[in-house]
Amino acid sequence: MSKRKVNDAPLPVGTCISEVQDILRKRLCHQQLPDTPEGVQAQHKHLLELLKRTAIHGESNSVLIVGPRGSGKTMLLKCVLRDLLEEKEVERNLLQVHLNGLLQTDDRIALQEMTRQLHLENVVGDKVFGSFAENLSFLLEALKKGDRSSSRPVLFVLDEFDLFAHHKNQTLLYNLFDVSQSAQAPVAVVGVTCRLDVLELLEKRVKSRFSHRQIHLLSNPTFSQYLERVQTQLSLQDDFPDKTFAQDWNASVKTLCEDKSVEDALQRHYNSSKNFRSNHMLLMLCLSRVSVANPAIKPADLLEASKMCLIDAQANMLHGLSILELCLIIAMKHLNDVYEGEPFNLQMVHNEFKKFLQRKSNSMYNFEQPVIMKAFEHLQQLEMIRPVDSSSVKTQREYQLMRLMLDNTQVMEALQKYPQCPTDIKQWAMSAYG
Amino acid sequence: MSALLQQPGYEEERLQTVSKKLPCREVQAGMLLSLMGQPHQYSYPSIFIYGHQSSGKSHVLNVLLKELELPHATVSFVECVSVALLFEQVLLSFFGCDAASLLPRSPSLSDFVRIYRQQSSQSPAKQTRYIVMEKAELLRDSDANLLPALLRLQELVEDNVTVILLSEIVWDRFRPNTGCFEPLLLHFPDYSKGELQHILAQDRNPSYSDEFYSAYINILLGVFYSVCRDLRELRHLAALNFSKFCEPLAEGKVKETDTHKLWRNIEPHLKKAMQTVYLREVSSLQWEQMQQMEEKENGAVRGLSAHTHVELPYYSKFLLIAAYLASFNPARTDKRFFVKHHGKIKKTNFLKKNEKTSNHLLGPKPFPLDRLLAIFYSVVDSRVAPTASIFSQISSLVTLQLLTQVSHGDQIDAPKYKCAVSMDFICAISRTVNFEIIKYLYDFL
Ligand SMILES: Nc1ncnc2c1ncn2[C@@H]1O[C@H](COP(=O)(O)OP(=O)(O)OP(=O)(O)O)[C@@H](O)[C@H]1O
Ligand SMILES: [Mg+2]
Repeated sequence: MSKRKVNDAPLPVGTCISEVQDILRKRLCHQQLPDTPEGVQAQHKHLLELLKRTAIHGESNSVLIVGPRGSGKTMLLKCVLRDLLEEKEVERNLLQVHLNGLLQTDDRIALQEMTRQLHLENVVGDKVFGSFAENLSFLLEALKKGDRSSSRPVLFVLDEFDLFAHHKNQTLLYNLFDVSQSAQAPVAVVGVTCRLDVLELLEKRVKSRFSHRQIHLLSNPTFSQYLERVQTQLSLQDDFPDKTFAQDWNASVKTLCEDKSVEDALQRHYNSSKNFRSNHMLLMLCLSRVSVANPAIKPADLLEASKMCLIDAQANMLHGLSILELCLIIAMKHLNDVYEGEPFNLQMVHNEFKKFLQRKSNSMYNFEQPVIMKAFEHLQQLEMIRPVDSSSVKTQREYQLMRLMLDNTQVMEALQKYPQCPTDIKQWAMSAYG
Repeated sequence: MSALLQQPGYEEERLQTVSKKLPCREVQAGMLLSLMGQPHQYSYPSIFIYGHQSSGKSHVLNVLLKELELPHATVSFVECVSVALLFEQVLLSFFGCDAASLLPRSPSLSDFVRIYRQQSSQSPAKQTRYIVMEKAELLRDSDANLLPALLRLQELVEDNVTVILLSEIVWDRFRPNTGCFEPLLLHFPDYSKGELQHILAQDRNPSYSDEFYSAYINILLGVFYSVCRDLRELRHLAALNFSKFCEPLAEGKVKETDTHKLWRNIEPHLKKAMQTVYLREVSSLQWEQMQQMEEKENGAVRGLSAHTHVELPYYSKFLLIAAYLASFNPARTDKRFFVKHHGKIKKTNFLKKNEKTSNHLLGPKPFPLDRLLAIFYSVVDSRVAPTASIFSQISSLVTLQLLTQVSHGDQIDAPKYKCAVSMDFICAISRTVNFEIIKYLYDFL
């Protein structure tokens, strides 16, 4: 531990802020492992025991870690591995293969990657194998120790496990689970997935070879736990180089979390998602506002960050439409109301728009059909409207049936915010019929 | 205007240059910079920036990354016809061409991540590396794993890397079914009219005064702002039409300050440009040439958007008319229209309950060949007996895309057609053969 010397001499505020940014960004942006993962002690213990049995006692096993996105599956596994590898014997013996369903998209690629990670490329050389099983058992055989008496334990981690179920015949899964059941070599297969229904994806012969051990991460913190978590995520630890600064910072975080408006804002976030990751995003937005000029997170910073997280992106985009495009959206909204969500085409929209124009003497909005067509296409490009089916390749553009991908409230809210929106257009939008 | 950009870890001077180059985008640049933090600090693993075309997304990033000399790779997926090029571009920018050459032929994501990890463990990032993906919506059409993998690239390669996606489509339309690493969302709002004016006015040709050029931009925005807010497009239009605006000045007819006269001179011209240049019916080059031609001819302002005129054989015209009628009239009304001496036609006779929308709103309906021929024989001058050449004329109408053939899977031997021309077009054709098509259209009864 050659950490920076902790002393009491105050550091310049710039240095402190910089240090705070370093530390908190590692936490919020880099998924730095916590010393002890919060709220998942039982799962941690379970998984650690399980892997120890493979790493130390040479037993084979298989397990699935299941939990929604951002619930801490990867973090749990990494923490367990970190703690597992603290034992010298494990560190010396255990081999690891990390696969990810996003990357190893078929079994051939997966096998190549496995071979590489086990450093067996040279041993395999140009050998040709009759089957996946043959190849896999060759790899495991090659891992045997010099005296050939026992095999080294191998840990297979399959992140985004569900994606491996889409591989042809589920060959990889079948063979890994098969090995984990027969006593060929000590292997542990750990699958990580966000699909709660993952077992239903497995073929019968694959499923029957799986141990059916599952570790669930369905943490459901209470709001006060959530608040506490926010506080710990932002707090500095004792090893911060400037003690006084750290104390002040931590005090300001505490005050922040006690602020009523902050609590209300956090409640909204809590209600929409409780996982760590979305929480990190919010806190990162707060942290980005911290500077020498603003050396602590103030309630206003958090409220501003919260607003950014919750903003309706589609409303933002509506704000930037031209007045013509906005008129077309209003016409579509009316068509939607009249025909109860039946799809429409450009001709109908244009017709609806014309009805509005006829009631006004103003010629300001008299655009020719091609200009309107271009506006219509722009809306399609922005995916605010979508063709009903793509098979109608031969339909002329103006007759292609479309659906509006916005709801009425979005349209109406956008109108309120639209810069210098003409009153007649607002009224038209609000009228019951076009 | 807001204060200059500030962020420790960067040279003051460079930050000043950046903020000079980004008028009206200081807020967004400042926001991005504070998210990026100091060069060595981690930034959020993926950032999704959305906003309308020409709202400055790429520009801001380019200026920031280039001026501050941060390690980055900018990839436009349009250019990157294949993922192979994307991988190559990233490895090349970060680790040099030796690294890029390690990629096998048609590399997989697995290859890319492996090589990246290998390289970054040899030369770990001292500063955050940025990958900027332009037109990120196109990523969705690619390999289904590409987008989710890029979003969590930092986790996959274990490097200090941030992926920035740019798009004009909202993030909700990207999210895969089983979810993914959610990027941080950042919005670039559209420029207000005032901001557009400010930015466009900076393109001023130094031989004209500020006021004069501003007045020009003001007029230009007056015409185009209601249909188009795209800075790039407006800038293009401004450049294209400026010489016309200056004309009366050069001829000494008007003074620089007489904005009203200048406006009267340029406005019709701009309106015409809306029909042509804006709609890309003619390229800018053509537009300039046309202007020159016009000046030579000294003729009146002609509409430039006249459609290409097709000269059709006599029978083909009738075939097309018949096709139009077949497409827009309900089949059950044919008897009324085309059987001679049928008596008076009353619309109410045909009116069915659910027929509330006009056929012209719904678009052409497909019809079988025999119906087309039946109508054709009744509308064409009966003295002329048509021959077998009719069929070849039909197929040439299809080739000209005036008719489209719609084949339904289950009726392969009975082809159906649709008429693919507009009302204006068919009226023009009808006039050339003295056929009053309006009288035969159910919608206009
Ligand atoms: N119990 C916890 N204590 C502290 N930090 C946590 C905890 N759970 C999750 N985190 C943090 O939340 C973030 C998301 O966790 P992680 O990446 O493990 O999610 P995941 O379940 O693997 O998601 P995905 O399905 O998208 O892969 C990480 O930064 C992690 O450090
Ligand atoms: Mg994970």
